[in-house]
Amino acid sequence: MPLFYDARIRAYLYQVIAVGLVLLVAWVMFSTASANLAKQDIATGFGFLARQAGFVITETAITYEPTDTIGRAILVGIANTVKVSLLAAILGTIFGLLVGIGRLSHNPVLSRLMLAYVEALRNVPLLLYLLLWYSLIISTFPPVKQAIQMLPGVFLSNSGLVMPALHWESGFAALVTAILVGIVAATFVARMLGRQRVVSGKDRPVALIATVAFLLPLVAALLLANISVTWDVPELGRFRLSGGYHLRPEFVALLLGLTLSVSANVAEIVRAGIQAVSKGQWEAATALGLSRARTLKLVILPQALRIIIPPLTNTYLTVFKNSSLAIAIGYPDLVMVSNTIMNQTGQAIESIAIFMGVYLGLSILISLVMNWYNAKVALRER
Amino acid sequence: MTQIDTLIGDPSLTSQREAPPAPKGRWLSAYFGTPGNALITILCLGTIFALAKLAIGWLFIDATFVGTPAECKATIGACWPFLSAKMRYIFFGFYPFEEQWRPLTAMLLFLGACIVSMVPRVWGRGLLIAWIAVVLPVLYVLMAGGYFGLTVVPTTQWGGLPLSFMLSFIGLACALPLGIALALARASSLPAIRILGVSFIEIVRGVPLISILFMATVMLPLFMPNGITIDKLIRAQVAIILFAAAYIAEIVRGGLQAVPKGQVEAGHSLGLHYWQIMRKIVLPQALKKVIPPLVSLFIGFFQDTTLVTIVGLLDFLDTVRTAMRDPEWQGIAVLEGYVFAAVVYFVFSALMGAYSRFLERYFRTTHD
Repeated sequence: MPLFYDARIRAYLYQVIAVGLVLLVAWVMFSTASANLAKQDIATGFGFLARQAGFVITETAITYEPTDTIGRAILVGIANTVKVSLLAAILGTIFGLLVGIGRLSHNPVLSRLMLAYVEALRNVPLLLYLLLWYSLIISTFPPVKQAIQMLPGVFLSNSGLVMPALHWESGFAALVTAILVGIVAATFVARMLGRQRVVSGKDRPVALIATVAFLLPLVAALLLANISVTWDVPELGRFRLSGGYHLRPEFVALLLGLTLSVSANVAEIVRAGIQAVSKGQWEAATALGLSRARTLKLVILPQALRIIIPPLTNTYLTVFKNSSLAIAIGYPDLVMVSNTIMNQTGQAIESIAIFMGVYLGLSILISLVMNWYNAKVALRER
Repeated sequence: MTQIDTLIGDPSLTSQREAPPAPKGRWLSAYFGTPGNALITILCLGTIFALAKLAIGWLFIDATFVGTPAECKATIGACWPFLSAKMRYIFFGFYPFEEQWRPLTAMLLFLGACIVSMVPRVWGRGLLIAWIAVVLPVLYVLMAGGYFGLTVVPTTQWGGLPLSFMLSFIGLACALPLGIALALARASSLPAIRILGVSFIEIVRGVPLISILFMATVMLPLFMPNGITIDKLIRAQVAIILFAAAYIAEIVRGGLQAVPKGQVEAGHSLGLHYWQIMRKIVLPQALKKVIPPLVSLFIGFFQDTTLVTIVGLLDFLDTVRTAMRDPEWQGIAVLEGYVFAAVVYFVFSALMGAYSRFLERYFRTTHD
């Protein structure tokens, strides 16, 4: 009997062929690429990361000067990407939760209005919305020279919103620490009181005690640490505004577009999750005399959350990847910074490899958690 | 608005726990039953009214319907002469002016063929052969020319709506078999093949589409042997195919997981080998289960093809943008183009969405 008919040997053969093909393609691509690069005199390797960047980045979440290294510029890009996607995810979730609950309202006007909102967002490309918001901001607000002064020190123009910024001379760290300690203390106290109530049935003003627990470290920090703050008030010069905190139209348009698209997706996920909770749960809660809002908060949402979380994670992954559309309107995210570097140094392969690597690393991390979770909740087959 | 109405009228969209129909003569109670409800109704109606007033004012009352750019500039409303002046460019890009009946015919033919193919009853091998042997070659000859006395039009001059349709449709048609193969690789019992499948799927799904488009347009030429260049359009098309395939693979994997193991075992006991089991037993059941999510994915990819704008291809969104940057109209038509493009994308996406819900109902009512 020829060896080929043995199932095990055939399985090995298939695998060897598949792996061999992939390796062959990779090797051919690698050798032609290195030959091409050598011919075009393009240096390879990641040495360029230590060189001076020399270009300006208009918006920086961490400190950056054009004299810093290219590596630092990439870090700025990563920070900007994380900043805008994190903000969009948080705002979009809050907003989407409200829209999703509104979709399920008994009031036909409200539920249809929310449906129209969701459909309008989901059926039009995100890129189109980004461009639309951006050109709306650029075209409806006046140029910088005629910036509208909304409040003393707050200027609105087509280069964005400029407002006074706080400058911390000292005591910033103490304040942040106090707030963090306060949050931990308040959570702890609220949990403890909740447990006590279950055991002993004593009803204490939980909200009040938790607020006190939150405020105590803050008061301590204000009294003990030397906190001094100065205001950096923007001034309108002849051609531009100087100083202050600058909220740029690119950032606003990107944040707005991403937030709205997250909210539409979250709304649909929340609606599906809530509808998946069986009707009897509503009826039981009504029989206990709970109001609709309390039923939703205490009975339905905790159960719906189990169904909601996996697609929600997917939505967060999507917003993280969609933030790369920033390049279309000029917000300096990771892709745009890498693109600038690519044009300046000619090192396309390395630049693309870096930003794909960063996206991949973070996405795979979330994906692994998701798959682990999926395996845990999936139905077991024999 | 009719679009929205049909969507609302769809039972699969509205809540199963919607309020029971109000008793006759008391229909108002759904709107004004309780003080809170009345407040919500009034607030919503107020919002709708304000938005409608804004929209109607801009779209119709203050709008200019005929006239020159200068006349448009004088009013604050929409500038519709811009659209009619630029319509042919928006739809067909730089396609030679006197040849534009060709992309128009191609588009109508394509849409007609799509509508026919949407009827589940005509699905089958014949339809597939008709697409491959008749529809696609005719579309290609119409667009590219070179036969039957049609002048050759290079792909660099293609643009507008036909390009968007082509990128999304060809992309998904080619991605479907590739995605099924990847899903099978991922579910395979052979470890090396499974690892290759998982790696491809996770790598592609882990990065944004524009990074893959960048790779195809900027990096791929470096990987090509000397003297071989691939058309930019084809490179972007390949990027879209690879990207879509990874997502299709995950959806198909869901379908494969939903087919009971007993089906495979039954196939084995009949003496069928792997490919026979997959082709005749497992895939038909798995694919049928995942048709609705696949259609939803198609909608997403139809919208995602707009990203080719970023690597410099003249798709529909890009022709709209360049039309607005025309010196003659610059600063006058700032929004009209986007609004028009949004309506076009909305109509096609919403139609596909309605079709997806139709399919969902169709498969729920049939018994196989």
